[in-house]
Amino acid sequence: MSTRRIVGPFNRVEGDLEITLDIADGKIAAAYVNSPLYRGFEQILQGKLPADALVLVPRICGICSVAQSAASALALADAAGIEPPQNGRLAANLTLATENLADHLTHFYLFFMPDFARADYAGRPWHAATTERFRATVGSAPNQVLPARARFMQMMGLLAGKWPHTLAVQPGGSTRPLQSSEIFRLHRTLREFREFLEAVTFGAKLEEIAALASRAGLEAWREKAGGGDLRTFLAIAGDLDLWHLGRGTDRFMSYGCYREENGRLFPPGLWHGAAATLDIAAIREDITHAWYAAAGLPQHPAEGSTLPVAEKDGAYSWCKAPRLAGQVVETGALARQVVAGHPLARDMIEGYGASVAARVVARLLELALVLPAMERWLAELAPGEPWCITAPAADETSGVGLIEAARGSLGHWITVRRGRIHNYQIVAPTTWNFSPRDSAGQPGALEQALAGLPASATEPLPAAIHHVVRSFDPCMVCTVH
Amino acid sequence: MNLLWLQSGGCGGCTLSWLGSEHGSLFRELADEGIDLLWHPSVSEAGVDEARELIEQCADGRTAVDVLCIEGSLLRGPRGTGGFHRFGGGARPMIDWVRQIAARAQHVVAVGSCSSWGGITAAGMNPTDACGLQYDGEATGGLLGPDFRDRTGLPVINVAGCPPHPDWITETLAALAHGKLGAQHLDEYGRPRFYADQLVHHGCPRNEYYEFKASASRHSEQGCLMEQLGCKGTQAHADCNQRLWNGEGSCLRGGYACIRCTDPGFEEPGHPFTTTPKVAGIPLGLPADMPKAWFIALAALSKSATPARVRENAHSDHLLRAPSVKRTKR
Repeated sequence: MSTRRIVGPFNRVEGDLEITLDIADGKIAAAYVNSPLYRGFEQILQGKLPADALVLVPRICGICSVAQSAASALALADAAGIEPPQNGRLAANLTLATENLADHLTHFYLFFMPDFARADYAGRPWHAATTERFRATVGSAPNQVLPARARFMQMMGLLAGKWPHTLAVQPGGSTRPLQSSEIFRLHRTLREFREFLEAVTFGAKLEEIAALASRAGLEAWREKAGGGDLRTFLAIAGDLDLWHLGRGTDRFMSYGCYREENGRLFPPGLWHGAAATLDIAAIREDITHAWYAAAGLPQHPAEGSTLPVAEKDGAYSWCKAPRLAGQVVETGALARQVVAGHPLARDMIEGYGASVAARVVARLLELALVLPAMERWLAELAPGEPWCITAPAADETSGVGLIEAARGSLGHWITVRRGRIHNYQIVAPTTWNFSPRDSAGQPGALEQALAGLPASATEPLPAAIHHVVRSFDPCMVCTVH
Repeated sequence: MNLLWLQSGGCGGCTLSWLGSEHGSLFRELADEGIDLLWHPSVSEAGVDEARELIEQCADGRTAVDVLCIEGSLLRGPRGTGGFHRFGGGARPMIDWVRQIAARAQHVVAVGSCSSWGGITAAGMNPTDACGLQYDGEATGGLLGPDFRDRTGLPVINVAGCPPHPDWITETLAALAHGKLGAQHLDEYGRPRFYADQLVHHGCPRNEYYEFKASASRHSEQGCLMEQLGCKGTQAHADCNQRLWNGEGSCLRGGYACIRCTDPGFEEPGHPFTTTPKVAGIPLGLPADMPKAWFIALAALSKSATPARVRENAHSDHLLRAPSVKRTKR
């Protein structure tokens, strides 16, 4: 006999999350993840002028705002058959990277680490120090990080006017030409952020972190003096064995991101024990267990539909269930680095597979990998050269924009008929990670990661469940848009 | 003064904007102003059962709420049930919780244009029947009704903006904490006048281009964005170009139009957002308080008086001609 328990609201995630647990023999027999908020952006977008999508889509999400803009700009550029000039490409990289890095920082310090300050862990040797450092809103870390984050976000003031919700990211490039003195100010902001990360987060040079090549190397690095919050996390992860908690599907997907002159800084791909080809045409969205009117078989997003229904047998979420060739995939910083072939990321999933610790370390690793790339892109900007070209309007066209938000793969599919948006479908990172079951009964990635964890029908929810949920850095407002 | 923050049909962007406050740590800033965060979904420790228990206490009066902040539109659909947003962990729609807690709270603050008027979530066909706390677009009403007054007699305070500047939120809360926010400090839409009595146009760095109607014709050009690219800064109520964003930013400084995001109905302007609607070549949205005939006359005059430097720079993405250097007469 199992007992059903509904838990929510999960906080310190972006948006609304509720999970139903079937508990039997002191364990989670089955988890059902629900996004309890529906807004209907895909319906709102229908009939609009294509360019107006750039005002609407960033407002899907306050934390992935630029990622949504960038995916839309790419889809519109694809539909118009244009490519931005070099300055536009670099500005887009810098803007997206600023958001993604700020999100990684926000996740680690504001959303994830405060759970170790909870009373659940009173008695662990690290608890007192962790509480002083990471306790939500009052700890020394959140109060040290917020000003550093705000200073770093001044990148956005110059690159994009403001954050969140900019219109600077256009299909043809950036609306914000930068002059040399502005580039200098951006450079100083980046250098200050580097100094913060090296002193506070890592206790090491970014290049030293980026060069870590294995779990063993990571542990050997932790043993060295140097301080920093990553070392604190690694000590806790070792003590609580977070390396063996929260395994998902071990099928990792990345659309790739940050366009370079040739290719991308992080290439797209699929990893399942070995590199595999990512076939975008094999994506289908299944709505068997979601509150949407059935439109026949699961659909590719280019042909997808969004018709909410108030009641439906067997449905338990507003989230659709995207599948890649019928398979559940995990997406996010860990997936991105595994696909890109970073040796530490690959080594962290050897053996057990994806874990809470691996996901968290991969995010911090990206801070160390992307910031130096930002310094390089900044140096490559060429004032006086063009920043933006105009996209010609087309009455009948379609396009796709694939990008990596901080929390994983984000895709926009647009179809234009008679000059208006005929269909606009969005598949967000957490739509993949927190999807409900599909028609074959396959649970989504988080649903799989939670199954088997200890839980009780009456006791307070174990902290481990919080760690697993937050390790995906979910963004629920993107999930169901 | 304690503060309960709830989110509904929005994007969370108001919170993210707020976290970007540039006066040191936002948490310390709040504590220093005497504001105690009872619960906020993005930053508080309490989750799941503890959070639900706290919200229930706020709803039934066991915990007194001084300020209720609502971020995101209120979703009345489908068919008036509120089912498009249930508060996680239970069956009750969010609009029920909001109605109940708003009735008990000392003050109710709508943070952002969604909870003020409906905002972006109410765009297009408004699939979720989204509205604001006390407005449904430009019409009074909304979830709480036109006659709603808090326990001190104030209407809902609308810190409108998409998103609002972090200081608009904190300054409003600090004024409440210090007992310095009365009806006389709110404009006719319930917005704090300290920012809503300004125009986005005030302090716009493109003002010389505006003076001469030297207009940008495409994105990334330096000219004024009003004539061609949809800018409503001369009508929009906000201090965005005086109190800058993320260091030295604003929409205009970012090179794109002000879309009047602090006003009700901004989400459906009736024209493409980044194209200025015109009749017979004359922009439809004239600057606030400017008689049309004078605008036309002045525009014609100033266009003919435009210095070559301003005209050429307006169509470039970088400075082509620097201002000439004037020598002091000996």
